[in-house]
Amino acid sequence: MTKATASLLYSEDHEWVLQLGGNRVRIGISDYAQDQLGDIVFVENAEMDDKVTANETMGTIESVKTASELYSPVSGTVVGVNDSLGDAPETINEQPYEAGWLIEVEMSNPEELEALLSEDEYKEFVSEGDV
Amino acid sequence: MVEYNELIFEISRPGRIGSSLPESDVDKIDLYDKLPKHLIRDVQAELPEVSELQLVRHYTALSNKNHGIDNGFYPLGSCTMKYNPKINEDVARFEGFSRIHPYQPEETVQGALQLLHELQEELAEITGMDAVTLQPSAGAQGEWTGLMMVKAYLEQKGETRTKVLVPDSAHGTNPASATVAGFKTVTIPSNENGLVDLEELKKHVDHDTAALMLTNPNTLGLFEKDIVEIAKVVHEAGGLLYYDGANANAILGKTTPGKMGFDIVHLNLHKTFTTPHGGGGPGAGPVGVKKKLIPYLPVPRVEKDGEKYVLNSDHPRSIGRVKGYYGNFGILVRAYTYIRTMGPEGLRQVSESAVLHANYLRKKLEPYFEAPYSQVCKHEFVLSGSKQKKLGVRTLDMAKRLLDFGYHPPTIYFPLNVEECLMIEPTETESKETLDAFAEVMIQIAKEVENNPGVVLEAPHTTVIGRLDEVQAARQPILRYTKEKAAEREVVKS
Amino acid sequence: MTATYRYLPDTKQDQEEMLSFLGISSTDELFEDIPPEIRLKGELNIPAAIPEPQLLKKMHELASQNKNANQYPTFLGAGTYDHYIPSVVNHMISRSEFYTAYTPYQPEISQGELQAIFEFQTMVCELTGMDVANSSMYDGFTSLAEAASLAVASTKRSKVLISKAVHPESRAIINPVSAGQGYTVEEVDLAADVTDLVKLQEQIDQDTAAVIVQYPNFFGSIEDLAEMKKTTEANGALFIVSANPLALALLQAPGKLGADIVIGDMQPLGIPMSFGGPHCGYFAVHKKFMRKIPGRIVGQTKDEQGKRGFVLTLQAREQHIRRDKATSNICSNQALNALASSVCMTALGKQGVRHMAQLNIEKADYMAKRLQEKGFMIMNQSPFFNEFVVELPRPVKEVNAKLLEAGMIGGFDLGSDYGFDNQMLIAVTEQRTKEEIDQFVEVLEASVNG
Repeated sequence: MTKATASLLYSEDHEWVLQLGGNRVRIGISDYAQDQLGDIVFVENAEMDDKVTANETMGTIESVKTASELYSPVSGTVVGVNDSLGDAPETINEQPYEAGWLIEVEMSNPEELEALLSEDEYKEFVSEGDV
Repeated sequence: MVEYNELIFEISRPGRIGSSLPESDVDKIDLYDKLPKHLIRDVQAELPEVSELQLVRHYTALSNKNHGIDNGFYPLGSCTMKYNPKINEDVARFEGFSRIHPYQPEETVQGALQLLHELQEELAEITGMDAVTLQPSAGAQGEWTGLMMVKAYLEQKGETRTKVLVPDSAHGTNPASATVAGFKTVTIPSNENGLVDLEELKKHVDHDTAALMLTNPNTLGLFEKDIVEIAKVVHEAGGLLYYDGANANAILGKTTPGKMGFDIVHLNLHKTFTTPHGGGGPGAGPVGVKKKLIPYLPVPRVEKDGEKYVLNSDHPRSIGRVKGYYGNFGILVRAYTYIRTMGPEGLRQVSESAVLHANYLRKKLEPYFEAPYSQVCKHEFVLSGSKQKKLGVRTLDMAKRLLDFGYHPPTIYFPLNVEECLMIEPTETESKETLDAFAEVMIQIAKEVENNPGVVLEAPHTTVIGRLDEVQAARQPILRYTKEKAAEREVVKS
Repeated sequence: MTATYRYLPDTKQDQEEMLSFLGISSTDELFEDIPPEIRLKGELNIPAAIPEPQLLKKMHELASQNKNANQYPTFLGAGTYDHYIPSVVNHMISRSEFYTAYTPYQPEISQGELQAIFEFQTMVCELTGMDVANSSMYDGFTSLAEAASLAVASTKRSKVLISKAVHPESRAIINPVSAGQGYTVEEVDLAADVTDLVKLQEQIDQDTAAVIVQYPNFFGSIEDLAEMKKTTEANGALFIVSANPLALALLQAPGKLGADIVIGDMQPLGIPMSFGGPHCGYFAVHKKFMRKIPGRIVGQTKDEQGKRGFVLTLQAREQHIRRDKATSNICSNQALNALASSVCMTALGKQGVRHMAQLNIEKADYMAKRLQEKGFMIMNQSPFFNEFVVELPRPVKEVNAKLLEAGMIGGFDLGSDYGFDNQMLIAVTEQRTKEEIDQFVEVLEASVNG
């Protein structure tokens, strides 16, 4: 288990967003999400320069048990991709908030961040169960 | 005994052969005279080179690492692993059935067409439908075929409906088939008795509902008692009712989907009608329909014209072809032979015995496992491993422990709405002694979970191989033999 | 109920013991949850049970009403062929450990089936020249439709081009599939006996997900895949090749000619014709589509002791897990027929498969030459494998009737599917002897005059 950093924002689809300065953000999945998925075996990540839209599919993630859609928490252009996940998808299980990040996006509509959950709100959302 | 772990490629030696073909009795051809060079194979396909006896030993060794119904009890819920009669195998191999070509003139295949026609009629009678197509190769293809007919039927009426309702306990194929047929799936939750929640259903049924897909008895092995009311609700809204025949082994000669109010049915001949599962196929998934859907059945249809049997493609409203030729004929021959063996009283007794066996086993096991739906079941029932989970042993572990006793485990973790689910279907072809012996082993395992959980957690102990690393298999897939990967294995060996 | 049916073991005493354990007096009580108004009152109206000896006799009689290829040498092909099947094939697939097993979901007691499939996947990869093959599909026709669906899903384009020289049933089956999934299918016309490359150029565009061709095509002609690949690649579409696996023993592997997906039917290698089924579709892809391949696939892994073993893998996208998000609803394969095909390929072996293919090409070539000598027109302008088209002076149906009188099954009538009246598609496999071929030619010759 790794600890989340306090400055992260979360979506109800279990993605976290880290603001890197300017309109640039880094996106990954939460510790809760990786735990629910179990051993992750493959990530079909977005590619450089792809356009992503808030709440729409930006890729898929597969564990032995299941394949899930990844939903982008924000809209914008992909400016960074974590290529190391290709050979080592287990990094997401091991370090979901650090080395297991997915993509970096240059946001086209930073106001979308306001719709996301804070750390405490997300904790509460997860503990309500049935998510 | 020395364990045999070779791949066929690893025992291959250049120059060996396991068959004999004649030399050519016509003029030889040099491919380079006939074909442009770039279309001639440059690197030969590396197929095995072994003698006939080596081949036989290899596949015999492989078969010895496999468990089938003939090896032992196989209570795999929802799969109806009943005995696969030997006469069926012999008959399907008669040259008059196995060595006929699908495009032979109709007058040269009257026996085959007669068989298909009679089977259509008998399956229609068994399901209470008005007509049957034998084309679909499997249940999933049958579902899809049925839904495409729903679509065509609605289109003909000038309606476009987009929703297919599926209970949460349904087989995964139901929503998948609906999606592939271009519908949107809406999941209907079950009530606390494990049945379709009528009030929930009413909330979702509307003018956009194309069909409700239902298995009855459902995947919990429970009969949907409100079926007549359910059918009424769906029909009044202009929707159709689709019967998933996976569990038809419970109702033969007792009731029919037709009587229940269904409009479309598929059967799995590899479940109810004893055709072998073959390690994953081939099966067959015939589809029956009520009169109003007959025009949409796939073509060609096998029909009788006077004394002659014919293939007729002249049905303009048909959804077209869903499968090459006329379906999995060899499988249909087996099912026909089985129905002839049993007759009407026999088929009724099949369901009576199947249901008796399931209830007997259920009552024997209920004191030891959580029974989420403790009521009369049909041909199968579910238990929950939730009690054992609290002691640190999962259903998967108990399933693996069963392997040590020579049993194939029940279906596990399905249906999804039961925690740590075990789904047990004993079938009618097992003797009471087998049921008693299995119950004793299950009870022993339940006791082991309490007293000696390690033996369950580390199971299986007696199989040729232990639990396999499925994560590694999916992360770095090795999906074919190569010499390089074989070299890796040598390292492991030493 | 007493044990009067050999598949039902319950004696009266067994039944009474079980009923009394349940505290009931009759099995009827177990069916009381079925509302009375929908219960069947009498027995099903189907024929009565028949004891085994009489049933065997009856089934023999029914079978004997069909003219089989053993009695009537057949010159029909068109997707299903009469080939030599080594005796050993039937013996191996009759091992009931294989045929009475379910899908290998419990790998510890299914290593035999899993390894056999892994070997099958390898053989398919070898023949097609592709990186990855699945454990098999229903048949070649449905494999083709699944390949089109994969192409549409992965390119996110909505048009599929299919050559008219692809089997008519493949082109028929893709229609309801495309209707369900919302993509369009356009046929590419013929230039004589092969796909018209000029038309292909005209029809292909940036919305084309895939180009589908057959190799050898429906008329037996060997399409130039290299040329088609250029056009396909230039437009970013996937190249799907439906191939006869026996022909691939001699023809360049589609994988080497740029195919993205190769599909087809293993029937020519070890599977009886059986009036059209069950056969065995195969499905092979370039490695970039490895995780998009439909159906079941077996992978190699290790157990806790490091011992090699096999499991079903890449299952996360299968219908039982993805449910309504699945891109295919297939949940079975043709495992037993894939096994038959593996055993057949093993028995024939690396040399035997080539020898068999060579016999086919030589015999077809011999027959075509004989017909030409007699003045018949062979319609194929491209080289062909074991099938070719001959033009007759009268309807195919009439000629086939003459052939039947002479004890042979004639070829496929191209009239109804293509409008090629009086043109017969003839298949000549290694099963046909020179004498049979000569006799066939004689009947055709006589039919011109008679």
